[in-house]
This record gives sequence, structure tokens and C-alpha cells, in this order.
Amino acid sequence: MASIDAGGDGGGKKGPGVKKAKKLSTTVDMTPMVDLGFLLITFFIFTTTMAQPTAMNLYMPKDVDKPEEQNKVKESGAFTIMLGKQDVVYYYEGLDPTQIKTATFKTIRDEIIRKRQNTNPEDLVVIIKPTIDATYKNTVDILDEMTINGIKRYAMVDISPQEYQLITITEAAAGIK
Amino acid sequence: MPSVKIKKHVPTNDMTPFVDVAFLILSFFMLATKFKPEEPVEVTTPNSVSSQVLPEKDAFMVSVDNKGRAFVSVDNPGFRQILIQNLNDTRKLGLTTAEIKSFVNAPSIGVPFGQLKSLLAMDPEQAKKIAQPGIPCADSTGGELYYWIRDALSAYSGRKLNLLIKADNATKYPDFKNILNAFKKNDQNKFLLVTTPEDAPAGTALYETRQKQINGEK
Repeated sequence: MASIDAGGDGGGKKGPGVKKAKKLSTTVDMTPMVDLGFLLITFFIFTTTMAQPTAMNLYMPKDVDKPEEQNKVKESGAFTIMLGKQDVVYYYEGLDPTQIKTATFKTIRDEIIRKRQNTNPEDLVVIIKPTIDATYKNTVDILDEMTINGIKRYAMVDISPQEYQLITITEAAAGIK
Repeated sequence: MPSVKIKKHVPTNDMTPFVDVAFLILSFFMLATKFKPEEPVEVTTPNSVSSQVLPEKDAFMVSVDNKGRAFVSVDNPGFRQILIQNLNDTRKLGLTTAEIKSFVNAPSIGVPFGQLKSLLAMDPEQAKKIAQPGIPCADSTGGELYYWIRDALSAYSGRKLNLLIKADNATKYPDFKNILNAFKKNDQNKFLLVTTPEDAPAGTALYETRQKQINGEK
């Protein structure tokens, strides 16, 4: 018990007629304090956040008007990833968009790792092209894949109409709406 | 039959350890957490493996919700004051001193310039209930967001301004692209995307470098 034993008969014997002082209990009821404690806990749980948000760097290329000022990509090192509807990813190696292949966010990592192992590290450039159907989460996820797999050179650019058309055809064939 | 007299006791429960635990948890929550910042819209940020801490100071944040509405928020009240005065001058908003003060106290703004004056003239409690339509940015010139960014940059001239973009998981890419466009029109190409941390997946290149760092430090 959280009581302090303050009573006791330490006073010795008292004469007749002297009334014994009534022993008062010093126990404090802690229940309201518990109530208050948990009320405050609930308040803190609801009004605060645990996770500290982090920041992810995104460097966009500067718009260049003249085509001769743009960086050239070697065919052997190019790896293009396109983000489509329903979290589906399309990719092709080299510069020929007709070699399009379908993947998901789970399987694209193996493809990136395979490409990185088979390519001269200086030539490897990953080009990310989100379509208008992609979500922001897809974009962040694929940028994250670059960090996860240690890809040093990557760029996020707009999709060309030809590539978008190819994706639309593939999507229609696979029944993705 | 002899009966055993049982002394009657009121069943009491000692609550002290309970209080101890309650206040222990309470102090943990007070120390480990941070108050949620006031936001006009709910934005669930995606996860990333990035471990860089989000800069709190000198931040100019554009939040985009899942419908593509853009909101501007600035952390520093002094900077908010310069920003609104700049905008008032360049965009001829005709704001009164009281309306400027109302902007300085507002956590974030997501209305076109045309509605800014009426929003700021409102009572702050009332203004919170109004669904803000977002800052227009849906054209190739960056829309009105372009002017927000331009005046923020000029208000912060000389010092580094952290450009934060906070978008929702379900935000469509074209909406995000519009925000990037508005920044690009101002020659800004370096951004920080607000994300929730997650661990690097086991077995990947990043996971191994991080493991090496941990082992190297020990």
C-alpha cells in the first residue's frame, strides 16, 4: 500500500480518561491520477507524430533548347523505364522502344541489377519516363530504386508520343484499364 | 458449530505502480514525438530509403494533395511578411495591412490570387473551414505558382532556400510535373521531396554499403 504508517502507539500508556486519538488512514486513492495520466497519453498520441519525415533529393536537368547541347546516351548503356497505369512498369534496353517489356515494381529491381552487371559503369544511364497515368508514389519508388541499386546516372524526362502509344497498345493487350 | 470469524476487508487495489507506468509512457511520448504541423489537406507521403533529415529552416514547401491542388507554406513568419508584400506589389493585390497580417499568421495558402483578398479578410477560424481550390499551376508557364516561387526567391535573395515538394501517394504524375514546371521556369532544378523513411531492402547495393558503414564505425 502506498500508505505511510504514521500511526502506531508510540505515545506510551495514557491515563484513564485520556481518549485515544483515532487512527486516520493516510492511504491516497491513486485512481484519478491514473485517469489523468492516461488522458494525457491519449492526448499526446493523437496530436503528435512519431516519424520524422525525410527528404529525398531530386535534381532535374535544365531545359536545353539546342539538341547539340544535350547529353548523348550510348546505346549499350541506355536503360529506359516507363511507368504506366496500375503500378505496371515497362522497360527496354538500348534505344529501340519497340523492344518493350513488362515488369512490376518487384521485378524491375532484378532487371536493373542485371543491366548494371552487364554494362560498363561509365556508359550506364537509366532514363525514367513516367506516363500521365503514373502516380507520384510510382515516381518516388522508381527514384528510390536508383538509390537502392547504386545507379549514379539517371534522368527523369518526358515520354515521347511514340513510346506512349506503344504502352497504350501493350496495356490494351494485357487488359489493364 | 464453531465458526471462524473473518475480518471484513474492503478490497483495495494499489494504484501506485499504475500511475508510475502511465507517467512513464506519458514522458516517453512527450520527449519522442513532435506536434503535428497544421495542414490544410491530408497528404500521405510515399516511403523512401533516403536518410537525409528534412530541413526545418528556410523552407518553401509546395504541398499537393491527391486531387492535384497545390498549397504553398512557408515556415518563417518574417519571410512570409516579405513574400506577401512582394506579391502585393508585383501582382497588385491591393491587400490592407490587416490582410497582410492575416497572411503572416496563416499556415498555408491554396487559393488563386483573385480569391486571396477575400480569404485573408475572413476570420481565421472561418477561413479554416473553407475548401481552398489550390493555386493554379496547370499550364506550361507554371500558372500563378510561378509568381509565388519567383517572389519567394526574390524575398530570400542571397540565401539558400530549401524547395520542398510534398505530394500524396495518389497524386497523378502530371500534377507533380506542373509543380516541377513552375520551379523550372524560375531556373530552380534542385528539390527535396518529402518522404517517410523506410529501410533499404536486404541484399541490395545500398543495404550492403550501409551495413559496411555500420560495421566500420563499430
